[in-house]
Amino acid sequence: MENSQIIKITELVKDFPVGTGSFRALDHINLSFGKGEFAGLVGPSGSGKTTLLNIMGSLDTPSQGEVKVLDFNVGELSARESATLRKSKLGFIFQSYNLLPVYTVYENVEFPLLLLEFTAQERKKMVLDALEWVGLTPKMKSKPNMLSGGECQRVAIARAMVKKPMIVLADEPTANLDAENSHHILRTMEKLNRELNTSFLFATHDEKVISYLKRRIVLADGKVEIDEKTAITK
Amino acid sequence: MIRFLFKGLMRDSQRSLLPVIIVAAGVMLTVFLQAWLTGVMQEGIEFNARFNTGHLKIMTAAYARDKDQIPNDLAITRAMELMDSLKRDYPGIGWAQRIRFGGLLDVSDTSGETRAQGPVFGLAIDLLSGNKDEISRMQLESSLKKGHLPRKAGEILISEEFAGKLKVHPGDQVTLIGSSMNGAMAMYNFRIAGTVVFGTSAMDRGTIITDIRDAQLAIDMDDAASEIVGYLAGGFYDDPKASEIRSHFNTAHSNPKDEFSPRMFTLREADEMASLIDYSERFSSILIAVFILAMSVVLWNAGLLGGLRRYGEFGLRLAMGESKGHIYGTQIYESVIIGIIGTIGGTIIGLGFSWLVQKYGFGAAGMMRNAAMMFPSTFHARITPLTFYIGFIPGLLSTVLGTLLSGIGIYKRRTSELFKELES
Repeated sequence: MENSQIIKITELVKDFPVGTGSFRALDHINLSFGKGEFAGLVGPSGSGKTTLLNIMGSLDTPSQGEVKVLDFNVGELSARESATLRKSKLGFIFQSYNLLPVYTVYENVEFPLLLLEFTAQERKKMVLDALEWVGLTPKMKSKPNMLSGGECQRVAIARAMVKKPMIVLADEPTANLDAENSHHILRTMEKLNRELNTSFLFATHDEKVISYLKRRIVLADGKVEIDEKTAITK
Repeated sequence: MIRFLFKGLMRDSQRSLLPVIIVAAGVMLTVFLQAWLTGVMQEGIEFNARFNTGHLKIMTAAYARDKDQIPNDLAITRAMELMDSLKRDYPGIGWAQRIRFGGLLDVSDTSGETRAQGPVFGLAIDLLSGNKDEISRMQLESSLKKGHLPRKAGEILISEEFAGKLKVHPGDQVTLIGSSMNGAMAMYNFRIAGTVVFGTSAMDRGTIITDIRDAQLAIDMDDAASEIVGYLAGGFYDDPKASEIRSHFNTAHSNPKDEFSPRMFTLREADEMASLIDYSERFSSILIAVFILAMSVVLWNAGLLGGLRRYGEFGLRLAMGESKGHIYGTQIYESVIIGIIGTIGGTIIGLGFSWLVQKYGFGAAGMMRNAAMMFPSTFHARITPLTFYIGFIPGLLSTVLGTLLSGIGIYKRRTSELFKELES
């Protein structure tokens, strides 16, 4: 299941301009990810994990090297093609949930489907399915400000998963959650990974997340230090 | 998708209600200021028109040449015939005969000796025919301080200040000593019906108002008038229309070789009115332009800040796969909706205030107490066709322009940069 390659990173370099010079955030990274992986980029702040996640998510482009996501070369995509890739194949989960506060839980989850132009009937079925996966059907009419942090993150997971993307990119998804909620959402994501065969790629330094990972890639100063399959320790 | 975004717009008061209120307030002020300035500038002109120049004025060419001397020996004769012809040829216009005259007003004691005397300016208008146009034009009912308006021949109104100087009251008899149309001495007794305050020292100093028939008798001007004034329908001066009527009338009636033939003048051609009209138009245009510019900057900034505040949301939408163009488009779409709603709301409120001030006016009598020139003591706004759409410049154009500029940031910044703002 993990054999078919969905992301291939070759000699990736990412430099950011700083004053008159530049700062190298990623330094000759070579990685690949297969379908259905549950992997994490691990490392301290400034190690380059979020930058790498952004490039894999087509939110940023490489300075050098090549990043292929589902056979799309991220560095060569136009803005519109990048948007289409994100819209149809990728899901994002953020540290601070980033739900749209004026919309209900149902509407937040529905938003990606509107971009994909599903019919109202299709959208309703997909949203209700996604809310059921994360156990939030009873809260579908609530606004984000009426939910706990854990519930907000479960809405964010439902929003990322509702279109059944090939890859979900999660940047520090448990950073704002307590231990109980962290385990709850990690179990939810693990279940979705198992049942829907969606690849989950994390950027994290949270031990709780690391304990769920099946593959751990340790980054330090923009380089891959360790890339290993792990035994589940939770 | 549009419905979804519109729902969000309506629910988020920071994105909808607040900007709409800001736009509406700015537009309301713009609309009101335009109507107010137009009204105030026009007021001075209309005030002069009511008391003096009319929108159109007919005099003989000879009278017009020396009109400052009120040369009634050069007045229009067969005035009724000319009035009939004017009413027939230009039916939409209110025509009125007037006689201006000067002299001495003498007050005698019980033995017939002069008790008080003073120079007087007399204005004879139609007071007793039953037609109230001139009474209303001169606002005599609201200017009345003591007594009543003339009800029968021989009754006059006198300015309150002048009456005080002469120590006369309603019911007292006064004698006009002047000259007749033919140059002879004329003396005529009047009874004071009431006193009035015109609100300008130029008229309050020493004016009497008589019925035109009385003046014709007093100074021997049977079927003659110093001038015939005309007022355009709508109550406001319209230079192109007035000029057209003037040309038509002069072609038909005026003979350049006959200095006693009637000649029509527009308000613009009377006294120093041309420069006053030009000054008024330019001054109000400059003020309105400056205000619109200031209000545009305010609303442009409101649009700009509204867009900048939402960079985080845009980052999220980009991450979800919405294209930059689509986000930019919806942002402009929202600002157009806000601009239109705010502009319509602000225009309605501004028009409401303007209408109130147009109808009731602001009193400024205190400021005009020592004015030497004729100027109104109440200022009114004036709603013109421009009042209905002037608000769209700051309300819609500036709001959308601000949004257009703030939206450029979506293109200028890297997607991940917007994304960071979302996370912060």
